[in-house]
Amino acid sequence: MIEIKDLHKSYKMGSNSLHVLKGINFSVEEGELVAIMGSSGSGKSTLLNILGMLDVLDEGSYTLDGVPIKDLNETKAAQYRNKFLGFVFQSFNLINYKSAMENVALPLYYQKVGRKERQEKALKYLEQVGLREWADHLPSELSGGQKQRVAIARAMAAEPKVLLADEPTGALDSTTSYEVMDLIQKINDAGNTILIVTHEPDIADMCKRIVHLKDGVIVEDKKITQVRASQYV
Amino acid sequence: MFTKDRWKEILEVLTSNWFRTILTAFGVFWGIFILIVLLAAGKGLENGIRSNFGDIATNTMFMWTQGTSMAYKGLPKGRRFTFKLEDVAAIRQKVPDLRFVSPRNQLGGFNGTNNVVRGIKTGAFNVYGDYPDIINQDPMGITSGRFINQLDIEEKRKVAVIGVGVRASLYDVGEEAIGTYIRIQGVNFMVVGTYKKNSNDGNAEEIQKEIFIPFTSFSQAFNQANNVGWMAITANDNSSITQLKEQIFTVVRENQKIHPQDLRAVGHFDLFEEFNRVLGLFKAMRWIAYFVGVLVLLSGVIGVSNIMLIVVKERTKEIGIRRALGENPWSIKLQIVMESIFLTIMSGMAGISFGALVIYLINYFLASNGPVEMFVNPSVSLGVVLVALIILVVSGLLAGFIPAQSAIKIKPIEALRME
Repeated sequence: MIEIKDLHKSYKMGSNSLHVLKGINFSVEEGELVAIMGSSGSGKSTLLNILGMLDVLDEGSYTLDGVPIKDLNETKAAQYRNKFLGFVFQSFNLINYKSAMENVALPLYYQKVGRKERQEKALKYLEQVGLREWADHLPSELSGGQKQRVAIARAMAAEPKVLLADEPTGALDSTTSYEVMDLIQKINDAGNTILIVTHEPDIADMCKRIVHLKDGVIVEDKKITQVRASQYV
Repeated sequence: MFTKDRWKEILEVLTSNWFRTILTAFGVFWGIFILIVLLAAGKGLENGIRSNFGDIATNTMFMWTQGTSMAYKGLPKGRRFTFKLEDVAAIRQKVPDLRFVSPRNQLGGFNGTNNVVRGIKTGAFNVYGDYPDIINQDPMGITSGRFINQLDIEEKRKVAVIGVGVRASLYDVGEEAIGTYIRIQGVNFMVVGTYKKNSNDGNAEEIQKEIFIPFTSFSQAFNQANNVGWMAITANDNSSITQLKEQIFTVVRENQKIHPQDLRAVGHFDLFEEFNRVLGLFKAMRWIAYFVGVLVLLSGVIGVSNIMLIVVKERTKEIGIRRALGENPWSIKLQIVMESIFLTIMSGMAGISFGALVIYLINYFLASNGPVEMFVNPSVSLGVVLVALIILVVSGLLAGFIPAQSAIKIKPIEALRME
């Protein structure tokens, strides 16, 4: 599904250049649930941003579902993001003047799905995350866990190839974190490919594979036995 | 492009901060209001001046003789000459595109001699010998009877059309003038009509004290033979007398044996040129109105642009989210530009409507308090409103352009990091 070869990325900070990713080789099969771990500054967020086409790579190659991702202009990148990727952020990033349903329907709007169909689909995904009766509420009327579940529903609404989650539980307490992880596991069980960036070991243990990043290189890449989040809920 | 969702979003954004939106809108509102009112005031002044010209045929020139200033063909300089009826015929024949060529003769009452007598009443009036065409060049309203006609000319009838001023001096109130006789320099003429001219100039009274008699009768009665005192010449509507007048002078010079370079021999007054000069003034005034109005509008537009920049700044993170979710940058740009255009057009429409209301009120007061000198019916045409709308759309576009550009200039990843 994802194939990365010899990926380099550096940032210019004034006259210095900061080499963040120093040659990453990495691939993800369909249906995997991968945790990317590392201390802050290890380059895990940069990697996720490049995977999410929010940032461009300096060297190396990136292939997503057989499509080489290179030389993207903004329009093309937007189109690919919409078609291939779903994002879940640490700070939820819901649009605060739109209701839960409108938020979920947003990626479909960019796909030019008709109004009615959009609403039906949005309600279906809200139902899957257990928030159907909260469809008309604004984000400010939802709890943190609920917000993240709306965000997950929004990420799923466009039926992406890969779900990218950047610290999805970073702003939640542990009980809510496990609820969200339970949801993510269920989505993964349905066959979706998911990448999670986290620095919490217990969250990483709920994935099927852990990739450790340190100073811009992969130091460890192992498959693990998944801990089901449902046992904590 | 103009979907329901797009409109919903525009309204959501603009109504999220009513106070700010209205303050911003006021700049544009005020600009377009000033533009409309200035243009209307200019138009009112123009209408005022135009009404002073009345319905005189403005494409007209008056021509008279002066002494020659150059010797030619054995004739001395300083020679006096008079136009003849042959000159009129030659002009009609050789110069195309002339609508009326009216030879005129005049007995002056201006030097104070009482030249008209009726019974025991006398008066000093201007007496003109004219062709029927003159009523089209120097319009007057016939209040009773008729004007001179072609039969009067052919039969040299001694008939006269008198102004209401003449009637007031020579007749008692309520006395019937038609059919009575007046004596002009010893010759009796029968009154067949009375007229009244429209004017609010200083000469308003003077021009009601004129007497028109047939040209041919004038020539016979006052021994003018085939002399012509002066001419009033009007060109067709699609050509200008100012361009044709040189041809006319050439014809006259040939006929009267005047040196072709003798510019002083024939005197003239070009009403069309004067009229155009006045019109030129109004053109200039219209430009000034546009200039001032557009500048005021510009400051309003800058206000809109400014607010849109702030809105974009406030929504940077939201724009980042949208782009992460796959919104096309063009769509974001379009959204910002449409918000700007929508705001500009809405406030502009309000400005136009308010301007129209003010113009209506001014007209209402003018109508109820009687006419004001030099100011009649201030108004703006539909064309001006359309121009104003076009200016609004363009300025909305300009106002939205820079903010829209800045909205997509920042990378989505940086936008997402903003708190």
